[in-house]
Amino acid sequence: MKFAVETVAVGIGAFLALLGAAFARDNMFAAHMWVLFFVLLISVVVLLRNAKFSTAQAASAPADTSGYSDEVVKYGAVATLFWGIVGFLVGVVVAAQLAFPDLNIEPWFNFGRMRPLHTSAVIFAFGGNALLATSFYVVQRTTRARLWGGNAAWFVFWGYQLFIVMAATGYLLGITQGREYAEPEWYVDLWLTVVWVVYLLVFLGTLMKRKEPHIYVANWFYLAFIVTIAMLHVVNNLAVPVSFLGAKSFSAFAGVQDALTQWWYGHNAVGFFLTAGFLGMMYYFIPKQVGRPVYSYRLSIIHFWSLIFLYIWAGPHHLHYTALPDWAQTLGMVFSVMLWMPSWGGMINGLMTLSGAWDKIRTDPIVRMMVIAVAFYGMSTFEGPVMSIKAVNSLSHYTDWTIGHVHSGALGWVGMISFGAIYYLVPKLWHRQRLYSLRLVNWHFWLATLGIVIYAAVMWVAGIQQGLMWREYDDQGFLVYSFAESVAAMKPYYILRTVGGALYFVGGLVMGYNIIMTILGREREEAPIPGSQPAVQPAE
Amino acid sequence: MDYQTMRTFADSWGLLFMVIVFVAVVIYTFRPGSKKEADEIARIPLKDEDGPNKDDKE
Repeated sequence: MKFAVETVAVGIGAFLALLGAAFARDNMFAAHMWVLFFVLLISVVVLLRNAKFSTAQAASAPADTSGYSDEVVKYGAVATLFWGIVGFLVGVVVAAQLAFPDLNIEPWFNFGRMRPLHTSAVIFAFGGNALLATSFYVVQRTTRARLWGGNAAWFVFWGYQLFIVMAATGYLLGITQGREYAEPEWYVDLWLTVVWVVYLLVFLGTLMKRKEPHIYVANWFYLAFIVTIAMLHVVNNLAVPVSFLGAKSFSAFAGVQDALTQWWYGHNAVGFFLTAGFLGMMYYFIPKQVGRPVYSYRLSIIHFWSLIFLYIWAGPHHLHYTALPDWAQTLGMVFSVMLWMPSWGGMINGLMTLSGAWDKIRTDPIVRMMVIAVAFYGMSTFEGPVMSIKAVNSLSHYTDWTIGHVHSGALGWVGMISFGAIYYLVPKLWHRQRLYSLRLVNWHFWLATLGIVIYAAVMWVAGIQQGLMWREYDDQGFLVYSFAESVAAMKPYYILRTVGGALYFVGGLVMGYNIIMTILGREREEAPIPGSQPAVQPAE
Repeated sequence: MDYQTMRTFADSWGLLFMVIVFVAVVIYTFRPGSKKEADEIARIPLKDEDGPNKDDKE
């Protein structure tokens, strides 16, 4: 029987979840275990429906394991698309909730629970699946070896989806550690640890059996991402649960140590999840789409090592003017400013890969998407160091400027490079001649770009206004504005921000349609992108 | 080992170790003759992608 062990294991898991629900110490844990029970129960049913009780002889026919293992990459690409659209939609909803507080539907759908749902959906579900899919694809191509570990890659994929579902439902139920980007409680964290270790093993195993003597630099970035996220996740989530049948846990750290641990995690989640991993994407997919090797391979090695050496120290810039010792704040600031160098080295390396093929920006919307991603990478890695300077931070911290900065990095860099990679991958994975429509890619490009520009520009103005209002004193030393006045002043910006986000979301829907049609094997009849084909010269 | 010992070790020997490793990486990357090798490695993604078991006869 196919997947016999897996089916039994998931069935046992479902039974344990039922026990957890029955003997739970608190209502939230019970509700969460019911969710887990039904998810696993449905999984068992799906697995059983796929079961084939064939004879031993037929079952012993070996599966074809000579090629690359791409089925899991296909699932990853579809999951990226699905979670991306969900995450963008939730983002638009929370943006609207800020502008129109009546949209807060208590208790499950108020801002406090929807906001981590949005951040986790876009970072871990959309970004994470993009990284899973592309890392499995890239490591096989650049090592010329099939994925190590057989079905282990499937465990990583489905285990990661289970983590996403448990994290998301937990937030809506009100289960949270209150640590930014690390909200899931202890039992979900433990599950992610197991999944992540298997991910590391699959990746390392594939590298070990490589046929290519050198390990291409994209794999360095992916490996740094996997290893560092494992370390950050384990340390930041060290906690003591109140009960093994309860949702609540308490952190192993207290006070300012706890805060620094959190932001050591938080900033390196940006550095190693949202930067290093996606740089791996850049170093493979840009050369592929352009058809040229990376501009300078030696620069990419320097990019890698300087990023690794510097990023890990930058976290304290999230705690300027707090109880954190002054020397630690200065350290965080100095390392953040130094980070500007490797970031721009990488940006130049990515952009210069196009040298000799600059016309592709005009003729190939996928290249255009990748180029704007790298441009936004350069822009947000310039803005970040500026904001980490204590004098600037005293104005920008706690304001919407920070939100604007994060979104220019996340929507611009992470989103756009992932879209580019997916547009490249899907026709390859499903063996299609081309995408359903390149013109729709162009539409997606402009919708998304316009959305980001509106979003970021509005948040700059909003953030600086907020910061100035908060620090405005009159000549007698009293604050001029109450906090509520600064909130009321934000309304037009919040509405405009929602519009920007909605444009980005619509771009995501256009992509979804384009990708689905490509997978179905359709090709839209359309005029080619101007300049992409040589003009026909009349014979003379 | 108390906090003071650890941080003194980190900001002296630890820092020195990190700097030496980093400088060594940079020197190794730009050593004479590395450009040719680097250009070869840079072409890895552009090789054909028939499958893992195809011999690389170019």
